[in-house]
Amino acid sequence: MLSDFIPFFIQLGIAVGLSFTLLKAAALIGPKRDNVIKMTSYESGMDPIGSARERYSVKFYLVAMIFIVFDVEIVFLYPWAVSFDEFIAAGAGPGVMAVVLFFVIILAIGLVYDIKKGGLEFD
Amino acid sequence: MDLSQAYSMMMTDLGATLFLLIVAVSGLVLVVFDAFKPRHVATPWIAGLALSAGFVIEMMSIGAPEGLAWYDMMRTGGSAAFVNSLVLGSGALSIILTVPYLKKIGHNIGEVYAMILFATVGMLVLGAANNLVTVFVGLETMSICLYILTGFVRSESGSTESALKYFLLGAFSTGFFLYGIALIYGATGSMEFGAIRIAAEQSAGVMFWGGVSLLLVGFLFKVSAAPFHMWTPDVYQGAPTTITGFMSTASKAAAFAALVVVLWKALPAERWADVLAVFAVITMVIGNVIALSQQNIKRMLAYSSIAHAGYVLVGLASGSQAGYSGALFYLMVYTIMNIGAFGVLALLEWDGKEGSEQTLESLAGVGYRKPFLGWTMAVFMFSLSGFPPLAGFLGKWAVFAPAIDADLVWLAIIGVLTSAVSAYYYLRVLVVFFMKPEGENSPMAEHSFDIPRSSAAVLIACVVLLVVFGVTTFALDVTSGFFAADTVTQFLG
Repeated sequence: MLSDFIPFFIQLGIAVGLSFTLLKAAALIGPKRDNVIKMTSYESGMDPIGSARERYSVKFYLVAMIFIVFDVEIVFLYPWAVSFDEFIAAGAGPGVMAVVLFFVIILAIGLVYDIKKGGLEFD
Repeated sequence: MDLSQAYSMMMTDLGATLFLLIVAVSGLVLVVFDAFKPRHVATPWIAGLALSAGFVIEMMSIGAPEGLAWYDMMRTGGSAAFVNSLVLGSGALSIILTVPYLKKIGHNIGEVYAMILFATVGMLVLGAANNLVTVFVGLETMSICLYILTGFVRSESGSTESALKYFLLGAFSTGFFLYGIALIYGATGSMEFGAIRIAAEQSAGVMFWGGVSLLLVGFLFKVSAAPFHMWTPDVYQGAPTTITGFMSTASKAAAFAALVVVLWKALPAERWADVLAVFAVITMVIGNVIALSQQNIKRMLAYSSIAHAGYVLVGLASGSQAGYSGALFYLMVYTIMNIGAFGVLALLEWDGKEGSEQTLESLAGVGYRKPFLGWTMAVFMFSLSGFPPLAGFLGKWAVFAPAIDADLVWLAIIGVLTSAVSAYYYLRVLVVFFMKPEGENSPMAEHSFDIPRSSAAVLIACVVLLVVFGVTTFALDVTSGFFAADTVTQFLG
């Protein structure tokens, strides 16, 4: 039972070891040319000084929603595209194509709605 | 299974869930349509016709025997069709009431109709679920749409506040629900109702019962049973009135239907009788007693809806065929009564002065100025308090009588006593409507308005349905047919 997990532990060891090594190596041998902007804390391009309760433009969320649309799309479409040859070989090409088209249409509706409502118009 | 067989199965399943397809696709069409033609007159028509079409389809399949679709993920026919037609009918009536209401409050947003359709899709999935995953998907689809519907009047702080409260508490209860599903799956190795029951009858340990408890917390939150009711008054008061009518009826009916089916098919009911009885008592007492002191009518109806959840729980606590069918019947009656009551309240907001802050004082003497609204409200209030010729009485009988048969006489006594208490606050509305002189700052004195014909038709339909279901018992026979003993075995095999 536990021996099934040996590859997992090897992977875990490599992941932890590699990230630790890389971080440490970068800190030891990397050149350091600091300036003021580089040393400020990361705030997605906003000025980090000031009230945290500022009002953000709702556009940020609309862009994020469009991103989600494409993100979800690629997660499902990539494995589908890779294995589509096998579906054709099994004679399921048109049916699987129709299902995926339906999925893409639903996502496209979200995209059309977002654009039509001015989600990409920055002023 | 070869491919052609899979395709033909898919076509059969699509046919069996055609109502769901119609509503979902219409919702998607509406989203695009509204983006290109905002505030178009056709928007509510598309939504209303989609719901009506689904309603007709499901009404016709109520008599059909229970079946399964989508690889046993959903149930069709029988009780599922009954709950679905309840939800679809409630949605259609709400849309008719919502059209003039939105115009009046100046938020004629097309997305509202799309959201009502998507919320209905969630409720349909919930009411027809045969698997805990399906229940969860339906519950979330429904809830997320309802959070948005609660807060779409962005200019009003009460609306946004209630939406945020609803969202935060709802997300919290979703966590309970999901964790419950995970524990049950861990204990039984399945999420399908029948398989859970088989596994639970062989061995049910702490993990299983812990999971069931968390699951029950999630369900009781959604049906606003005490002590998980705290969101209800704020949300019902803050939401736009016709939307309150929609979510207090359809979402409660769907969530209760799912709970009934889970109890009936997945869990050995006899072990839950006492637990549900305790929740029923707490819910009935808290709902009815706190409603006594409410001045705001919407808030009072919110507490009354908590109390009605308690009455339905009495039916569930008896754990018998009669109890479950009585609960479904009660949900139907409750839906009709509340759609009507909130419809009247929405119309009384017409002057635009009081908004959702309608208190008992501000409505003094309304019954004389608007006799139609006064008399329909009288019917709904009498029915809510359970007066004999109306359906509210038969509904209460349908849930209390099985409790007595199940040796829960004390529970039935508490139920009858608390519903006697409820008569005070229901009838006080009528006292205010008909027996109080109009106050000086009564908005109705200055503003007169015409009742839209569509809204009047909905109210009349609700009144007629209440009388019909009050004097005939065929609906009760229909619901009790769903829970006949032989239908259980077909899912166990």
